[in-house]
Amino acid sequence: MIKSLDPRVTREQIELDNQIAPLQELDQWETYEVFHQKKRGDQHMHVGIVHAPNPEMALLFGKEQYGRRGITANIWVVKTANVFASEYEDQDIFETVPEKQYREAGGYKVMEKINKYKKEQKS
Amino acid sequence: MNHIKELLYKMADDLLIIGHRNSEWTGLGPILEEDIAFSSMAQDKIGQSQAIFQLLHELGEQEPDTVAFTRNANQFHNAVFTELPNGDYAFSTMRHFLYDVADQLRFEMLANSSYEPLAKVSRKVKGELKYHVFHANTWITKLGAATEESHARMQTALNECWNYALGMFEASEFEQQLISEKIFEGEAELKQRWLGAISPILTKATLTIPDESTWQPHTGGRKGIHTEHLQPLLDEMSEVFKIDPTAEW
Repeated sequence: MIKSLDPRVTREQIELDNQIAPLQELDQWETYEVFHQKKRGDQHMHVGIVHAPNPEMALLFGKEQYGRRGITANIWVVKTANVFASEYEDQDIFETVPEKQYREAGGYKVMEKINKYKKEQKS
Repeated sequence: MNHIKELLYKMADDLLIIGHRNSEWTGLGPILEEDIAFSSMAQDKIGQSQAIFQLLHELGEQEPDTVAFTRNANQFHNAVFTELPNGDYAFSTMRHFLYDVADQLRFEMLANSSYEPLAKVSRKVKGELKYHVFHANTWITKLGAATEESHARMQTALNECWNYALGMFEASEFEQQLISEKIFEGEAELKQRWLGAISPILTKATLTIPDESTWQPHTGGRKGIHTEHLQPLLDEMSEVFKIDPTAEW
């Protein structure tokens, strides 16, 4: 019998030769991605995952994992398998050649105009 | 005042004892997510019991901690159902379902109580209870109708729980007074509502309530008559408190 400092474990009278079988592959529930909304109207933010056998249970768990502290208006769960994602090996598609200031906000000489306008308003 | 105190004591004791029992699953739950959810609900229960012990304190009883941690088993008014050992997860989940539906209905009835402090607490816990019942209903319907094994284990759990669950509705000597003063509509009314609420869920879960001819409510808890399981629970629960009752937490 296992004698543990935790009385709950000792009470269970677990035999020491009771081998714990390793989990088979896929011997687990699927994962769901959880999205949390603080206030109605806010965007739902991705906060993590939960394991669950169906969407209802994913909501059940999502609420406790991610909604029990702080304010929550709403939670979404989406089966991870249903997320279509880009490949990391294609990460270079997000890179861009730097000589394109016309496409960046900083490329516009707008600050000069803003400063000029502010100055006019003050005077 | 005795009729109100009796009502508050049995509610607070039910919540404290089942809260403690459910917390015994912490770290041992079937999967991480469920472990967290079940533990979190156990904490809610302890919090709710504290709110009711506080009402008792306002009626002249001792501090919540003193009342919770220094009484012996025969001074507790919880239903015997709540003190039974956890057994397997089927038993714990079934008890969670049968108890929490009754708890939600009781608080729902009390939200309109003429005893305003209790009505106020009842309205405050509404959201927590809604989640607890949502959690219980989801598990019961899922496990009841999943595989042959899960169905058999849930049916066994229901059979084992049944007469103990009926014991939750043990009438108090103050029933008529509580009803006539519009404080609480009474255990008989609660039991009817409870049967109405659990039946469709159990049907959906393909589980069968034991035949009415076999019903023998396991009562006594409300009058301090308990099983041998309660005192060890109280000893363990109050172990730290008794080492230093004045410690600040």
